[in-house]
Amino acid sequence: MAGTFFKRAKGDSSFKRLLINLILIVACAAALYPVLRVITVSLRPSGSVFSMDLSLIPPDATLASYQSILFDPKVGFWTWIGNSLMVSVITAMVALILAAPAAYAFSRFKFAGKQPGLIFLLVTQFFPATMLLLPLYMMLIQLSLINNFWGLILCYMSIALPFSIWILRGYFDTIPNDLEEAAYIDGTTPLGAFFRVILPLSTPALSITALFSFMTAWSEFIIARVVLQKQALFTWPLGTVTLQGAYYTNWGPFSAAAVLISIPVVVLFLLTSKFLVSGLTLGAVKG
Amino acid sequence: MNIAATAIPKEVKQSQRYRDPRPFSVRFREHMRRNRLAYLLLIPAFVVICATVIYPFIYAFNLATTDTNMYNINSPTKQPQFVGLGNFGEIFSNPEFYTVLGRTILWTVVNVICHVAFGLWLAVLLNRNLKMRGLYRTLLVLPWAIPQLIVAMMWKNEFNTQYGSINLILQSIGLPAIPWLTDPFWAFIAVCITNIWLGIPFMMVIILGGLQSISPEYYEAAQIDGATAWQQFRNITIPFLKPVLTPAIILGTVWTFNNLNIIYLITKGGPNNGTQILVTYVYRAAFDFYRYGYAAAFSVVIFLILLIFCLFYIRATRGAQEV
Repeated sequence: MAGTFFKRAKGDSSFKRLLINLILIVACAAALYPVLRVITVSLRPSGSVFSMDLSLIPPDATLASYQSILFDPKVGFWTWIGNSLMVSVITAMVALILAAPAAYAFSRFKFAGKQPGLIFLLVTQFFPATMLLLPLYMMLIQLSLINNFWGLILCYMSIALPFSIWILRGYFDTIPNDLEEAAYIDGTTPLGAFFRVILPLSTPALSITALFSFMTAWSEFIIARVVLQKQALFTWPLGTVTLQGAYYTNWGPFSAAAVLISIPVVVLFLLTSKFLVSGLTLGAVKG
Repeated sequence: MNIAATAIPKEVKQSQRYRDPRPFSVRFREHMRRNRLAYLLLIPAFVVICATVIYPFIYAFNLATTDTNMYNINSPTKQPQFVGLGNFGEIFSNPEFYTVLGRTILWTVVNVICHVAFGLWLAVLLNRNLKMRGLYRTLLVLPWAIPQLIVAMMWKNEFNTQYGSINLILQSIGLPAIPWLTDPFWAFIAVCITNIWLGIPFMMVIILGGLQSISPEYYEAAQIDGATAWQQFRNITIPFLKPVLTPAIILGTVWTFNNLNIIYLITKGGPNNGTQILVTYVYRAAFDFYRYGYAAAFSVVIFLILLIFCLFYIRATRGAQEV
């Protein structure tokens, strides 16, 4: 009670509070409206996809689009999800396993080439997509890794690995050195200290980093479109785009697929965005 | 970085400051002994980065000096020819390059200004004791959480001239329908709207984090001194946000400059190349028109533009802080 009184006494009149709430509600509506429209379109029966109706729940709402996405064997929704899951999980795991030790080295040691290395990791963020994609594409042709998940994972590594090292180094920097020194006194080797002291302490940061790599790979379209050309190998972004026919846009099933794919990602993201942001700024400010 | 520096015993620091009289082999051996673990930990990541980043990076420069294209890349009769700086000459002598560069700068400036302005505004509003604060925050972050492909497709649907809800709403209040995706000017506005919508949450969340780290005591002291709300914002909020805003603006600028997804998925750079920015232009040159050497040279140009921008920006903000 005293708390709210104090806050209000600090300057927000009730009119101002009303105004602030009003602005925020309008902003939320603007953020939410396009999303709600996708749900609306996904609920329309296939005949009235091109409807001029503006109501959020169409009067003739039906789950037919979802049904065709989920159960029609011609659509291949589950294949796409399976392909995407495989690529994204492997990308996230490999990036984490490679990045964690490297980030630890960047955080704790003063080896030759540390400073240039850090700057290089940052500079990779400036590469336009085609800068690496084009040479990687040529390499994949030479290695006959086009239309191969490992080829795609290799491409994703070029994005996920530098970023993961950067984020994890920022986190390791916040763990005081005393912890390892205490472990050394107890007779642990430096490697043992890394595995048994630092890694267990970093579980939240490690899972956020893995999740970030996972989500990057999960939603990626531009690279996948170049590397995977066979329908059977399509990840969901490639697959959902094929749902749109050449002459008309098949919005019903597309929207249903969009909703189904977005829900788990959005939930994961909302749960973790706070940590991701602190990791981002931590790494960036210290650099 | 400071932690890493303190981890090094004093005598080593001195050995770097003053010239170490011992022979190189001894110093090298000591360095290796001290850092052996670091190198071991780095090797796996280094190998993969070499294969997926460093080698392609160098290869891109190499490719940029050839006329490699779809017809000579795997052809038994034709070989890609070395053309020196010919690709760069072609890029800079093409007037379209300057149009597209100008549009890219406009696109980046409009987007980043709107992201920061709206992000700052919403963050300041959210940074107080509101009943529904958590709900507001969650809903406002939503555009960032949705996969970009879906965002692009969703807005493309909304911009449909006949059935899109934006035109339906405009018509219902008596305004004429706008040819969003068929007119170059309106198409550019449409992709800007989409990307602004998409990018506000990132800035808002970063700024909100920065605002929460400012101690309320500063504001209390300023109020006692009779500072107006604007003076408080100008002299407390903005300076304290600077360390958070600088990297966020650099990242935001680079991401916007290089944002291929939104424009490629909504307009493919059309109609009539009216929404083409540098990255979409080069992506189409590479993967829709198969001009690999030219596209590699173009990528190098884009990369250098960004690098120069960032160096200037960092220097400018450093200079401003010193003053």
